[in-house]
Amino acid sequence: MASDKKFEPTNPTVKWVEDRLPIFGLLYSSLGAGYNAPRNLNYWWNFGVLAGFMLVVQIVTGIVLVMHYVPDVNLAFDSVQHIRRDVNYGWLLQAVHANGASMFFIVVYIHILRGFYFGSYKAPREILWFLGIIIYLLMMATGFMGYVLPWGQMSFWGAKVITNLFGAFDFIPFIGDGIVEWLWGGFAVGQPTLNRFFSLHYLLPFVLVGVVILHIWALHIPGSTNPLGIDANGPYDKIPFHPYYTAKDAFGLGVFIIFFAAFVFYIPDFLGHPDNYIKANPLVTPEHIVPEWYYLPFYAILRAIPDKLLGVVAMFSSILILFAMPWLDGSRVRSMRFRPLSKFFFWLFVVNGIFLGYLGQRSPDDVLALGVTALVYAQFATTFYFAYFLVIMPLVSRMETTKPVPTSIAAAVLEANKKG
Amino acid sequence: MTMMRNIKIKGLLAAILGMTAITSGANGATAEGVLHPERNEYTTTGIFGKWDIPSLQRGLQVYVEVCSACHSLDLVAFRTLEDLGYNEDEIKAIAVEYEYNDALDDDGEPMFRPGIPADYFPAPFANEKAARAANGGALPPDFSTLVKAREHLSFLPWNSVYGEDYVVALMTGYHDEAPEGVEMTPGLYYNDYFAGNQIAMAPPLFDDMVEYADGTPATIHQMAYDVANFMAWASDPTMQERKEMGLNVMLFMIVFVILLYFTNKRVWKKVKKGDDIDPSKL
Amino acid sequence: MTTHDDVVEERRNFLYIATGAAGVVAAGAAVWPLIDQMNPSKDVLALSSIEIDLNNIPEGQSAVFLWRGNPVFVRHRTPEEIARAEADDNAPDLIDPERDEDRVQRPEWLIMSGVCTHLGCVPLDQQGDFGGWFCPCHGSHYDISGRIRKGPAPLNLPIVEYTFLDDSTVKIG
Repeated sequence: MASDKKFEPTNPTVKWVEDRLPIFGLLYSSLGAGYNAPRNLNYWWNFGVLAGFMLVVQIVTGIVLVMHYVPDVNLAFDSVQHIRRDVNYGWLLQAVHANGASMFFIVVYIHILRGFYFGSYKAPREILWFLGIIIYLLMMATGFMGYVLPWGQMSFWGAKVITNLFGAFDFIPFIGDGIVEWLWGGFAVGQPTLNRFFSLHYLLPFVLVGVVILHIWALHIPGSTNPLGIDANGPYDKIPFHPYYTAKDAFGLGVFIIFFAAFVFYIPDFLGHPDNYIKANPLVTPEHIVPEWYYLPFYAILRAIPDKLLGVVAMFSSILILFAMPWLDGSRVRSMRFRPLSKFFFWLFVVNGIFLGYLGQRSPDDVLALGVTALVYAQFATTFYFAYFLVIMPLVSRMETTKPVPTSIAAAVLEANKKG
Repeated sequence: MTMMRNIKIKGLLAAILGMTAITSGANGATAEGVLHPERNEYTTTGIFGKWDIPSLQRGLQVYVEVCSACHSLDLVAFRTLEDLGYNEDEIKAIAVEYEYNDALDDDGEPMFRPGIPADYFPAPFANEKAARAANGGALPPDFSTLVKAREHLSFLPWNSVYGEDYVVALMTGYHDEAPEGVEMTPGLYYNDYFAGNQIAMAPPLFDDMVEYADGTPATIHQMAYDVANFMAWASDPTMQERKEMGLNVMLFMIVFVILLYFTNKRVWKKVKKGDDIDPSKL
Repeated sequence: MTTHDDVVEERRNFLYIATGAAGVVAAGAAVWPLIDQMNPSKDVLALSSIEIDLNNIPEGQSAVFLWRGNPVFVRHRTPEEIARAEADDNAPDLIDPERDEDRVQRPEWLIMSGVCTHLGCVPLDQQGDFGGWFCPCHGSHYDISGRIRKGPAPLNLPIVEYTFLDDSTVKIG
């Protein structure tokens, strides 16, 4: 029963195609009844499907917006306004795409944290985890370049600040010197920059699709983790993806779309920045330059360190450190349900991350509570961020006494049922 | 189990409260002397928001008769005044009041032609340099997206600044004299709501500056309110269509989600409680 | 048959049908904006009518205007041309028979599309075998009423939608 069912077409046309190109069988065994998943997946497992949905939404709306957008420094801003004002349903498509980026990141952040909590990065899913990090990095690059395209003030200055980060590498012989000019295609952010960002913003999502396919492939080798973190090997541990998880994911997707639609229809600008309603002006810097919310924690880490190079290194390290997680965490138990101390630090890490995000949008000199500046708070939070990975996780995971783990998923289901 | 959960939730709450305590110190972040615009009432707020047609028409009048002397409205075409309740002939009549020199006569020389509904409001100045030269070095911003550009939304509603409110506050926030101890730069005016309190725009509105066709008394506040409404429309002309469609989408999605909920429940009925599990085989 | 197959087999259940139907409606509603965005936008539609001052076109001359991205011929016909056009109403070589009076609101003004009905080239004025228009691309000859007389084009030059606002102004579109 736990073995995956094979696809056996009854419809002659389907069979004819299947004999020549087993495409239906592929779908059947990856997203249909042929793929067995642990029976105890909770709603946190919805977010992978939601992320896939958002990728499709972004690509479809993006392709459609490109039919009207003009990547020219003199016309880009107006062409976006043209989309919002004159194109049929343009306002809707633009709002879906702009808010969709945020939705994509919300969903992916929850997906990543679900992986943290339930130990999805641990053996044998390391490659799956690495592919996820690569997806996240690609998303960040794509989102950043997409934000530049409307060519508002925040687009322009965000592009300038972020590309200038690479100036920190000017000590590298041969490459370092001209790296920023190379990124810009000039001596400042300008027409060549806009054009190349447009090109890459169009390209990267398709690279993303490729990595997502690898991600799903890598998922299907060991199968999904589950809230208990134990291997699903028992005879009743798994159920077919379809109809159980298709129904569950469809419900989750419906709820998510309501959340998404609330932004699109009622507060389409809540997640944006007002300065992006002003055309880019290379002579006037906005009072505060803040990146989109999804980069804020990393922006706070960047600014927490007064040295330019070290700040940049810290910022990149804060993401690259995720690659080391399968080894930093030495616990034999995956799920934090059975690791109370780890769980405590996990939630502390989440709160710390939100706090870093908050600090990312403050000016470093802002004096917050207790008469301490945002900069100092950011330094504390950054220290905790790295300590979580480099000190807390290795030590706690190895020293913590874990709670008893159920023998099988089916047994746990029956147990929970008895308790009512 | 429930107790564990309680502790977790309490812990999270405590953490959030702690953070709020830290962050609440930040409210004084706005520069000293700059006031937070007061919230006005508009028919456009809320999920049933609709355009205030009479106010929009009055706002157009204020823009045309007063503001347009210095402020452009590049992205608004006359044809879109349909949203303000004007019919085709009325729009034509508004458009022909303007002249454009983008036509060519038979000799290929530029020629003036009257505006048509497809035209956009012409800018008062030929270019940015001319605009600055005529305004003591300051550039009067374009109105097309200005309300959106002045809208600062926050998770805390009372911290949010709405563009319309800002416009009204700015128009009514002038002082004849700067407060004690404030050194004014010559040529600038003191305003309670402008960042830095010193604005290059002279107080633009005076009571009864325009005569409203509908007899509404043209107080400074009324004119400011009307033009703010008009500018809000110019910034976001699809607002009403957006909210109307949003309502339909929401109602549909709620029904759909309820259906999905029961479908999901039904699909899971047998396996949820493990009825299919044979305990002896575990 | 296992529990799981039962669920799949139960497809005809009313709840499932209702949910599925709602899903189809949702998908359809989501796809429509993606299709409709390719239709002409509001600013394009706003330019879908033009007004022409007829005073600038003397008798016996034609003018060409760009309307919706395509040329429109406006010819101020002489009485001799009108007579010629009407005389040919029953000519045997009309490929797409049509009476001249059906092609004009006022006989002196012939207002029609300037796009050859063959493959979309723009015919030349006052050329060809019939003293009307001649399409150089593939040799279609149109008469002074814009009717196809000879060549590969299947139809007469189409009459565009227009109204006389007054004696000297016509609105096209």
